[in-house]
Amino acid sequence: MSHLKNGAWIALLLVCGLLTACASQTGCGTPEEEPVVVDERPEAPEPAPVPEPEVEEIPDFMELPDGSVVAVDSDGSVIRSVFNFEFDESEIGSGDFRVLQQHADRLTRNRDQSVTIEGHCDERGTREYNLALGERRAMAVQDFLLANGVRPSQMSARSFGEERPVDTGSDEAAWAKNRRVELKYE
Amino acid sequence: MKRLLIAAFLVVAGISYPFEIVIDRGVDTLAPIAIVPFRIYENAIDITPIVNSDLSSSGQFRPIDEANMLSLPSSAEEVQYHDWRVLGTDYVVVGSVFVDGLGLLVAEFEVIDVNQEQVLQSGQVKGHVEDPRSLAHHVSDEVFRAMTGISGAFSTRVAYVLVENRTQVDERHTLMVADFDGERETPVLISDQPILSPAWSSDGKQLAYVSFEAGSSAIHILNLETGQSRLLANFEGINSAPAFSPDGSHIAMVLSRDGNPDIYTIEVASNVIRRITNHRAIDTEPVWELNGESLLFTSDRGGSPQVYRVNVDSLRVTRLTFEGTYNARPRVMPDNTHFIFVHRSGTGFHIAWRDIEGNRAARILSSNVLDESPSVAPNGVMMMYSTKSNRKGILSIVSVSGEVEYKLTSPAGDVIEPAWSPYLPLTTTFVER
Repeated sequence: MSHLKNGAWIALLLVCGLLTACASQTGCGTPEEEPVVVDERPEAPEPAPVPEPEVEEIPDFMELPDGSVVAVDSDGSVIRSVFNFEFDESEIGSGDFRVLQQHADRLTRNRDQSVTIEGHCDERGTREYNLALGERRAMAVQDFLLANGVRPSQMSARSFGEERPVDTGSDEAAWAKNRRVELKYE
Repeated sequence: MKRLLIAAFLVVAGISYPFEIVIDRGVDTLAPIAIVPFRIYENAIDITPIVNSDLSSSGQFRPIDEANMLSLPSSAEEVQYHDWRVLGTDYVVVGSVFVDGLGLLVAEFEVIDVNQEQVLQSGQVKGHVEDPRSLAHHVSDEVFRAMTGISGAFSTRVAYVLVENRTQVDERHTLMVADFDGERETPVLISDQPILSPAWSSDGKQLAYVSFEAGSSAIHILNLETGQSRLLANFEGINSAPAFSPDGSHIAMVLSRDGNPDIYTIEVASNVIRRITNHRAIDTEPVWELNGESLLFTSDRGGSPQVYRVNVDSLRVTRLTFEGTYNARPRVMPDNTHFIFVHRSGTGFHIAWRDIEGNRAARILSSNVLDESPSVAPNGVMMMYSTKSNRKGILSIVSVSGEVEYKLTSPAGDVIEPAWSPYLPLTTTFVER
């Protein structure tokens, strides 16, 4: 969808360019130049279709060779799907809203795409409390996505507490990595 | 316990990794006792080292070395009191082990008070010839009772989870049951998903636990006699922290099916579920007081995790802890007037102890930085918790008096979530003489 928008924008730019070119040239109305403009007009739709297939080649979601599915930016890059938290906190970081919005956009455009929201904690504190804290983090992300148009039926939240660390170390760096929510697509 | 072992082996024919035991703290201030090597008759097996180890781990006594003993009596009649007075020993334990006419292994023993020059206890424990370890633990129980007036808990067991290869493809979680000292470790459940929160029924026949087999947390109950598991709760959201009521009729648990984690009870016979707390904060880690009238639990309704108490009839909630920013996972002591819990101090997470009514300050029982999952022995003398040492999850047994600490580690992986059993039915019998 964003590609269509891009395509439309390019077409608009072309039209603008032509208009500006016309406006700047006092001799615009000369009969000799008109055929040239007419020649360009048939060409103009041609460049537009060219980006369109490119747009369709970069979908909102992409399956990686290992079978996992990721959300993809319009430039083809993978959109970050891990969001970190402070100790015993479940507030989404200010820098994460923009990225979560990108996920929300893709999920609202693709209603058949579902997402699992996994909450995790670092090893500090008690396991059962962390199970609850992980869920609270997952719910914070789910609430954001819900508020931004994603349907409840597209989302499921679950918590693994401190049981699935990405880093098994016992230092600040490891803990910071482990306090997270992961968006998982299938 | 024999039945339990058989059932367990039917469930999984796993490989057992023995614990390594390390004595971590000094024992200088403990009462010196002498456990004189038992006289071992033909076909019998020496149980003295196990009795020694049991009584050391209680954190109440310091058995003296055999090398320092001036005489080696095997009955009260042979005891020369001055031999033990000069060594400063308060109590002497003497005895013998033999196989009786029925083919049973018999330990005959006497507990002697050196200062009073009197025999405190004289008795026999009988058991199966193939099972000297159970016999030894039972002897320790009776010796401990004679010297302290408190039942020994050396015949009890502990459930815990062994985690191998965490974060690897071949990650494995095994629910284990072992003797309290880590011996006779027996796998009762294996999963490639996390297993958490093992909790004993008061008769010791069932273990409730949380597993993630279904993709998210669910509560199951394992019958240790049959090896069969049944699903108790698998609602949307969290299903966690099961706790059997003292009479076994109810299980307290945490569900987030109604929006966020709250405490619920389920009546085992009817499966009727009742909501106990209703708060938008996290409520979790419920545990019953011994009268079954109230639950202690963790809640962050006040802004940080703290221990609260709720009466299951009136649903009235009161806050119990105020010191610090993290007090969680309470476990009620057998005296029903104290509890142990996880407390965050300036140096880390420790196990602390305090009275339920809150009149006295908390006492810190553990000294590592990542201590959690405290569980207390049914006699209230020892408690076990999990911690981390050299990046490895290990268990630690500490006397509630705080004097002695044992570490239990497994070479196979991380050991977490210890749950001390209640008193269990014994295969051995004690006869007082």
